Amino acid sequence: MNHSNAMSASAARRGSPAARWLLIALGWLMFLLFLALPLAIVLTQALALGVGPFLAAIVEPDALSALRLTVLAVVIAVPLNLLFGLSAAWCVSKYEFRGKSLLVTLIDLPFSVSPVIAGLIYVLLFGAQGLLGPWLDDHDIQIIFALPGIVLATVFVTVPFVARELIPLMQEQGSQEEEAARLLGASGWQIFWHVTLPNIKWGLLYGVVLCTARAMGEFGAVSVVSGHIRGQTNTLPLHVEILYNEYNIVAAFSVASLLLILALCILLLKQWSEAHLDRQRNSAAEE
Amino acid sequence: MSLRRYALAAAISAVFAGPAIAKDYSLLNVSYDPTRELYKAYNAEFTQFWEKSHPGDKVEIKASHGGSGAQALSVINGLKADVVTLALAGDIDAIAEKTKTIPADWQKKLPDASTPYTSTIVFLVRKGNPKQIHDWGDLVKPGVGVITPNPKTSGGARWNFLAAYAYGLKANNGDETKAKAYLKELFEHVPVLDTGARGATISFTQRGQGDVLLAWENEAFLSLNEEVGGKPGKDQFDIVVPKSSILAEPPVAVVEKTAEKNGNAEIAVAYLKHLYDPAGQRIAAENFYRPRDPAVAKEFESKFPKVDLVTIDDPIFGGWAKAQPHFFADGGVFDEIYTNK
Amino acid sequence: MSRRLSPVIPGFGLTLGYTLLYLSLVVLIPLATMFVFAARLTWHDFWAIITDARVLAALRLSFSTALFAAVINGVIGTLLAWVLVRYSFPGRKIIEAMIDLPFALPTAVAGIALTALYAPTGWVGQFATSLGFKIAYTPLGITLALTFVTLPFVVRTVQPVLADFPREVEEAAACLGAKPWQVFRHVLAPALLPAWLTGFALAFARGVGEYGSVIFIAGNMPMKTEILPLLIMVKLEQFNYPGATSIGVLMLVVSFILLLLINLLQRRIQTP
Repeated sequence: MNHSNAMSASAARRGSPAARWLLIALGWLMFLLFLALPLAIVLTQALALGVGPFLAAIVEPDALSALRLTVLAVVIAVPLNLLFGLSAAWCVSKYEFRGKSLLVTLIDLPFSVSPVIAGLIYVLLFGAQGLLGPWLDDHDIQIIFALPGIVLATVFVTVPFVARELIPLMQEQGSQEEEAARLLGASGWQIFWHVTLPNIKWGLLYGVVLCTARAMGEFGAVSVVSGHIRGQTNTLPLHVEILYNEYNIVAAFSVASLLLILALCILLLKQWSEAHLDRQRNSAAEE
Repeated sequence: MSLRRYALAAAISAVFAGPAIAKDYSLLNVSYDPTRELYKAYNAEFTQFWEKSHPGDKVEIKASHGGSGAQALSVINGLKADVVTLALAGDIDAIAEKTKTIPADWQKKLPDASTPYTSTIVFLVRKGNPKQIHDWGDLVKPGVGVITPNPKTSGGARWNFLAAYAYGLKANNGDETKAKAYLKELFEHVPVLDTGARGATISFTQRGQGDVLLAWENEAFLSLNEEVGGKPGKDQFDIVVPKSSILAEPPVAVVEKTAEKNGNAEIAVAYLKHLYDPAGQRIAAENFYRPRDPAVAKEFESKFPKVDLVTIDDPIFGGWAKAQPHFFADGGVFDEIYTNK
Repeated sequence: MSRRLSPVIPGFGLTLGYTLLYLSLVVLIPLATMFVFAARLTWHDFWAIITDARVLAALRLSFSTALFAAVINGVIGTLLAWVLVRYSFPGRKIIEAMIDLPFALPTAVAGIALTALYAPTGWVGQFATSLGFKIAYTPLGITLALTFVTLPFVVRTVQPVLADFPREVEEAAACLGAKPWQVFRHVLAPALLPAWLTGFALAFARGVGEYGSVIFIAGNMPMKTEILPLLIMVKLEQFNYPGATSIGVLMLVVSFILLLLINLLQRRIQTP
């Protein structure tokens, strides 16, 4: 190997300084243009008239009731999908069976189904003109335009999140530890509780965080089944739209920035769980 | 509350309220886009009115707003509205037909074909009217951008469309082909087609789209009274009243079956009837809806410009039952002029 | 990684049963309802609905804007993934954390923020106006909104593969005299391609269905800036169930095919 080749080898590793700084600058530019700017405009519009109107918009009763409803939908939808994600990941990663690939595709399906369709199907199923509509009406059960419909739409769009995080993680980790525990006489629950769960807890948290983010922010699907009754079936994202449509731009952006702050908190949580996940992976790799 | 105290309270309220037993009401009014401010004011007034005549009652009125067609659809799909107050009779007809919760002859249940207030379509232009838009013909001048919502989803947009069509017919001596050609040209001047009247107003006022907004009269007045971008709307926009327009009749109806089920049959009727009382008419007028009551109309006379108004029952339209499918159904006049470009 | 059969671990019946039950109740049965409604149409009617000029225009718009957005993300995403994996520089952690913002931010918030930004009166929009073109209320605006919403996909799929890629291979190529660009093209790109394509396809699939962020900025003009999901809403609002369900079925079939492709791709990544 001659001298110049050795030089270019190290150059390839580090890249030439000019190209490197150019790429970093481009990366920063893209970041500013595509991510920071929208964030900045939400906050400036919210604070356009000062802190007073901003806070007033957030503590207004309709906004608080929208916040309550959003939290309620999240609190119901996320645990349901958490349980589902665990169950799906367990059967996909621990066993081989026919149709597994199809099953994985079906789990992913809600992810790429348009939110509008997610709302539409519940209207077709539970709406007064829908398949079950007359029966529900006879029994005085209200699903769409009420909490159950909002929760169902939220559950639908967030079905894949926990499962998607756990499946690759559990496949990567393999089943040796579980098999060993089994040989030592542990029951299924004991294996799950003492062997699997500690191994996947950070991945699980990561999935839950993503699931929460989406559940909190879903707009299209919920919009179809909500009925938009102020103070009753309005979630926070829908409340943003309503305020926006009432000339109340400052209030709309104020509530939007509340959602933005929640989103940033979620990102922090995600970063934290991800860091733990990485550390766990690295230590596993070292073993 | 202990049983004894509860009994005591009940006894006291029975003494003071007479034979009626105090009730808690929760009433849902499903309405269309530009009535947000009107019903905010009216709900406060009605709550007070009812609670005064029915001491001990508690009234809570919930409201839902959106494009008129979208709102009607929600009710058809099971949104439990006690009353509907929509942009046009066609939408309430659709609810009556599809759900049977509203009787077919609902327009006969209240005075004035169940329309407690009317409105019309006017133009909102930028301050000083830089493009010199004075009548319908000016909308198709080169370089003029016209903002109107989508007639497929917005009630207001249907009134806009029909008003323009009436002008097109009149200007061309009743030649339908030429009237359609005018509409086709008009829609070539439309850069944004929002789904609801309010969305269109926002596009025009906040987002600086177009040179003229075809708007409900009340919506146009409201824009003058709102702050837009930190400046009063009055300093940024002018209202232009065209020589002719259409009498827009936004009707109201009790969703009888639902109201009955919710125990709201009586209060729902009272809620709509009070709209016809001077107090209700005054609130309508204050929110720039034209009142029906002659005395109140006189009081607010100076507020509403005089326009030559065609009605939906004019032979050129033949009422909503005929106009809706003819103009706005799939394959109707709107599709004809809009999709065949 | 164990791909071995492990019959000793209990719970197969329970977990598979629960998974299938839950999926059926929440996803499959509701989705099937749409097919039930669509099946009331004859094939001829269905075909007539989805080949209607307005539907075709929306179809073209939704697919082309989603495709452009995915392409833009293919470039920006690769760049960001590269910068984040290969370099350490001031602010790297911030960018790293914020990449997922579009996932965490409600789409309606994204919608009003982007509209405020790109409307002719907005921060960016006014520059565009003075240069003589429009962003908001045009397909360009839709593309930008979709780019924002789907930004994390390519970054997040390419990033781990790039991080795991053994440097020795690149160095070997460089030692053999390859220029940095050649190293990228002939060594890195083939290795990154499956991940890149996965991210691309995910971004595309999500972009086709996206609603919340787009309706504010689109302008919603039939034939021009009306996206497929909005057209479903419009058909619904006109009580046109056959129309809405037909378009829905069409979109569903397309997204299912896309997902199958993605899963096949991911299999190829896992078993090289």
